[in-house]
Amino acid sequence: MTGSSDLRGRSPDLRARAARLPLSPPGILFAALGVLALALPFLSLAANRIVAGEGVSAFASAGVPTVAVAIACIAAGLALGLVRGAPWMRLGGSLLGLAGLVLLLSQGATTLLDGAGDFARVSPAAGFWCLALALMLLMADALSTMGLGPWRRGGLLVLLLAALAAVLWSGLLGDLSIAQEYRGRIAAFRTATWRHVGLAFGSLAAAAAIGFPLGILCHRRPGLRGSVLPVLSFLQTIPSLAMFGLMIPLLGWVGSTVPGARELGIAGIGFAPAFVALVLYSLLPVVANTVAGLAAAPASALEASRGMGMTAMQRLVRVELPLGMPVILAGLRIVLVQNVGLAVIAGLIGGGGYGTFVFQGLNQTATDLILLGALPTVLMALVSAIVMDILVDLARPTPERSR
Amino acid sequence: MIEIDRITKVYDGHAAVDEVSMTVETGTITAIVGTSGSGKTTLLRMINRLVEPSSGEVRINGEPTHAVKPHLLRRRIGYAIQGHGLFPHHSVARNIGAVPQLQGWDKAKIRARVDELLTLFGLEPDAYRDRFPGELSGGQQQRVGVARALASRPDLLLMDEPFGALDPIIRTRAQQDLRDIQRKLGSTIMLVTHDMDEAVSLGDKVAVMDQGRLVQYGPPEEIIARPATGFVADMVGDAERPMRLLSLIPVSDLIEEGAAPGEPVTAGATLREALSACLWTGRDAVPVTRDGAPAGRVTLQAIRARAERQA
Repeated sequence: MTGSSDLRGRSPDLRARAARLPLSPPGILFAALGVLALALPFLSLAANRIVAGEGVSAFASAGVPTVAVAIACIAAGLALGLVRGAPWMRLGGSLLGLAGLVLLLSQGATTLLDGAGDFARVSPAAGFWCLALALMLLMADALSTMGLGPWRRGGLLVLLLAALAAVLWSGLLGDLSIAQEYRGRIAAFRTATWRHVGLAFGSLAAAAAIGFPLGILCHRRPGLRGSVLPVLSFLQTIPSLAMFGLMIPLLGWVGSTVPGARELGIAGIGFAPAFVALVLYSLLPVVANTVAGLAAAPASALEASRGMGMTAMQRLVRVELPLGMPVILAGLRIVLVQNVGLAVIAGLIGGGGYGTFVFQGLNQTATDLILLGALPTVLMALVSAIVMDILVDLARPTPERSR
Repeated sequence: MIEIDRITKVYDGHAAVDEVSMTVETGTITAIVGTSGSGKTTLLRMINRLVEPSSGEVRINGEPTHAVKPHLLRRRIGYAIQGHGLFPHHSVARNIGAVPQLQGWDKAKIRARVDELLTLFGLEPDAYRDRFPGELSGGQQQRVGVARALASRPDLLLMDEPFGALDPIIRTRAQQDLRDIQRKLGSTIMLVTHDMDEAVSLGDKVAVMDQGRLVQYGPPEEIIARPATGFVADMVGDAERPMRLLSLIPVSDLIEEGAAPGEPVTAGATLREALSACLWTGRDAVPVTRDGAPAGRVTLQAIRARAERQA
């Protein structure tokens, strides 16, 4: 009896003490991940680009002073990330840690390559990726607790991209294997970038051009909605490889029978089938979110707008679209991020884009070539997601204070 | 003058509104009262053609409503609904200015009109103009909703359960405000409600609807004193009748010379309130004040006589 009341008396006190502890729980997780990562190989040194490399510890990857400075930066960054309720300090910690990471990566690559032979390659290994992950999670966590407005988030994104560009342009990472792969393919990389952008954003634009009017029609006619949405969800369930495969005979037939189609570049393989497949995948999120967004306007506001003498078009433009815009843009965000990723598969059917490098790399078992395709894809998807989130925020029809 | 001429709406062979005819005088409030499913809202919505009549016609100042395109007709008729229907993404000023803007008023004129209406509804323009509906209380939202419906000085204001979403205290206040504003502007208002109290206290005339038919149309005193059908009598409620009657008559009608003890009532209060004061405090008479000064008294006996004579 006394024991249980004692426990009850003590547990809130314990909780209060835990709450007073000035440590951030996610920060502890990131720091632990970081410390564990230091035990993993940081870099991998291989005799040439094909063979498997040998792991090198972070502590052995460069000269003692460099390692000491870099590890100190990383450790200090993770430690700053532990502080609860100081998001700017935690953001600073993640940046400091990333700076240390880049320093160790750059100096480590140069040091290891020195005297290792003409064909030797240095790549980041598991330890690097884990540290990078921990620090970036820390950054994301700090940013999300800050609750920055859309403009500030945009500004921060530009600054971070500028910093990344500066690191890449400076040649600090030039000795890494992936940079060597890049130097051999500068022109191809540029073409692939534009092709990837064209596939992802072009299919988005086409899906929006088809999906908005279709969504508006579906909103107005429930009967149409009942037949269109199931068809689009069915398209969505076709596995991506199968979808790209299906496009080959289909567009091949169009290219060879419809006059003028071949001159427009429509054929079984290449840009056209990849583009069409991406558009088909995009239609469901665009149409479904347009329908959901237009339905988001309160029924009483719609009744009032009809009662005050707005025409159907005025109702759409002044009431339904502005109120539904965040949901509609959220649909475009899904499509964009999805298509940036899916466009990689276009590489399989000659559609170009970063997928070209990924599949070449897979064929040659050249991991760094795969990364040359994969990393820019991830970056593009990430930046697209952040920019679209900012746009969704800006499209909110009422100011923060009245929500 | 609004003339409703044998208007009918048939849904699936069933008449929701069955040959209703009535005339509404300019500058009055007409309360249409009935249970749900009585056709009162359909009747109201046929006036601004949100529902197209199956037969019959409505004339506003002699002009048939079907001679005008529906959306142009609606811009000339104010419309206020339950739950206000304000646009959540527009400021108060933009909400109120919505119809004038549709009618192509210039900006300065709209702004002046918005400020005028805000002042009329007791909302300080500088404080409320740029707020959003989400930042207002329920009562304020409702006032902005009515102000929006009046913005373009419509020939007629239609209100569908305009106070339905308000709590009882705010509702009473909103009803008084509507009454005052209607007197000030001389607006013609048709209002739908399921609440007989609201109908008799607001309406210059009350129209009782039952199963699509207009069963009685007349001044509130008549509805209460001489219900035309059993349904109307039920709506009025036998036990409530004397109270309802008394609530229609101001104390000023029965003021007599003399003094009385205790808390006074104002000359503008209803006999129902005076009776309540008598019963609650065990007095035979209560003093009456007008504009803060003593104006005489009203006696329990006089109130009783008035209630009897009416019934």
